Amino acid sequence: MAARPASDGRLGRIALLALAMAFLALFLLLPLVSVFVEALKSGVGVYLDSVSQPDALAAIKLTLLVAAIAVPVNVAFGLAAAWTVAKFDFPGKSLLITLIDLPFSVSPVVSGLIFVLLFGAQGWFGAWLAERDIQIIFAVPGIVLATIFVTFPFVARELIPLMTEQGRGDEEAAVSLGASGWQAFWHVTLPNIRWGLLYGVLLCNARAMGEFGAVSVVSGHIRGRTNTMPLHVEILYNEYNFAASFAVASLLALLALLTLVLKSALEWRYGYHGKGGGH
Amino acid sequence: MSIAVDNVVKRFGNFAALNGVSLEAKPGEFLALLGPSGSGKTTLLRIMAGLEFPDSGRVLFEGGDVTGLGVRDRRIGFVFQHYALFPHMNVADNVAFGLTVKRRRERPKRAEIVRRSQELLDLVQLGHLGKRYPAQLSGGQRQRVALARALAVDPKLLLLDEPFGALDAKVRKELRRWLRDLHDRMGLTSVFVTHDQEEALELADRVVVMDQGLIVQVAKPQIVYDEPATAFVYDFVGDSNRIPVTVQEGRVMFGGEPLDVPVEPAPNGPALLYFRPHDATLVDEGAAGALPMEICQALHLGGATRIEGRIAGVDPLIDIRTGGREVPAGGRAVGLRLRRARLFPTPA
Repeated sequence: MAARPASDGRLGRIALLALAMAFLALFLLLPLVSVFVEALKSGVGVYLDSVSQPDALAAIKLTLLVAAIAVPVNVAFGLAAAWTVAKFDFPGKSLLITLIDLPFSVSPVVSGLIFVLLFGAQGWFGAWLAERDIQIIFAVPGIVLATIFVTFPFVARELIPLMTEQGRGDEEAAVSLGASGWQAFWHVTLPNIRWGLLYGVLLCNARAMGEFGAVSVVSGHIRGRTNTMPLHVEILYNEYNFAASFAVASLLALLALLTLVLKSALEWRYGYHGKGGGH
Repeated sequence: MSIAVDNVVKRFGNFAALNGVSLEAKPGEFLALLGPSGSGKTTLLRIMAGLEFPDSGRVLFEGGDVTGLGVRDRRIGFVFQHYALFPHMNVADNVAFGLTVKRRRERPKRAEIVRRSQELLDLVQLGHLGKRYPAQLSGGQRQRVALARALAVDPKLLLLDEPFGALDAKVRKELRRWLRDLHDRMGLTSVFVTHDQEEALELADRVVVMDQGLIVQVAKPQIVYDEPATAFVYDFVGDSNRIPVTVQEGRVMFGGEPLDVPVEPAPNGPALLYFRPHDATLVDEGAAGALPMEICQALHLGGATRIEGRIAGVDPLIDIRTGGREVPAGGRAVGLRLRRARLFPTPA
């Protein structure tokens, strides 16, 4: 390669760049633009009507509620898992790391089915739950469970490499100076990982709000009760109500864009480069 | 404060880090744990601190058993090799950390904490850098901040893990003297880990030489250097040359010829003869009782002449230092007479 004339290299670079740009435009930019174009095609009035319809508002509320539960739970689990993996040596450590990745490798539909098998009417705990009048499947708890399962790896995967690299030194120093475990975590560990944690939270949140497959299996699609935004989009679309469908979809897309902007802003401001968790 | 470890054993999986180690540091003493990597010196220090716990054996502070206490309750000062300064806190807050995390009842007032932090920074001659962040400091400055931070909780015992390991040679020398001075002024008992023998010999009251999880010698620096307990210590502490010889009826034989060398009596059989570069004199070729050597290279530098020579059947090259100005030519055959040497039987 080194023997080639410089002009050749430049040509190749331009070709590669053009290819990447064309690909990006065709597969990412175009669909995104089309969502907003379709959403606003019938006018702003229709758009506002679509997103303020009671069923749409219920879907938005449910989506926010699910994210508001799933994200904090996964922050707590993710921190605990990352702390365990990064700061301690124990047998079965690599097994734990593999298990943390499981939700990424399993199809979301299967993830949903797992919960139906466990908590559905015919499932393992179905009879027990029915006796006590507790409904999980086709209700909000099922949606929350499925979302937690699917979004579990984001925080943990973001933190494990970061905390492994940082090692135990800072915490040991804090404890040797008289700090309690909690003080060491709060004053030393957390500030050390804050940007990685925030990044993981953003990714986790985006996925929690956008999750379709697993949620679809456990939701039951009851309008106004168990429909999240992605499910609502699909129902509207299947009813040939394209303008309304794209209007709600544009809200989801806006959220994704907002997440990207926040992430870029963080990277620009603090020079943080994400490691791992590239899903 | 005195600190002692009593028959401490520590294993990591199959690796025996410490094989039954006993040691005592007297109040006010400055002790160096010296050894190659993997000798167990850092593990021993961490066990003293309560950062690791022994599989068996005890740790005693002033005679009281603290084996079960964690680092938080031992009230020692610990200085880490890579400083372990908190990157998001400025220097003053780093130093004050040990005071700010105290329980509310014991915690000094905010103004008192600030005053004490400033006092400690002045002590380590960094009083003007309190508002800086660790990333803005040089390595030597960071290590001094780490030391000030460790001293904030008023420890009677200071433990340092390769405190100068990450610093360049000149800064090292400065900090060494400064640390020794600080230790004496504050009446501390200090134990530090190093793999740098010069550092251990210059700084410590006593040097503890470790190898493969055992203590091989504990003595004053002069003794460790002049009267090494084992071949390992001779090799590890100071420059040395090693000649394989045979002992026959109390005489040291090399290449079938008896050597004229003052050594302690040794049992018959193969042995290793150790001598320091400055304990040999060049004599004429073929002189009775001298080692036959060929000069490879010679250089006059810094008031001494450094000579590299080859002795047939001995590997590696021999290192000699003489005070004379004469620089022998390369390739010349000479004799080497040893004024001082030590004989260690070859391990079976």
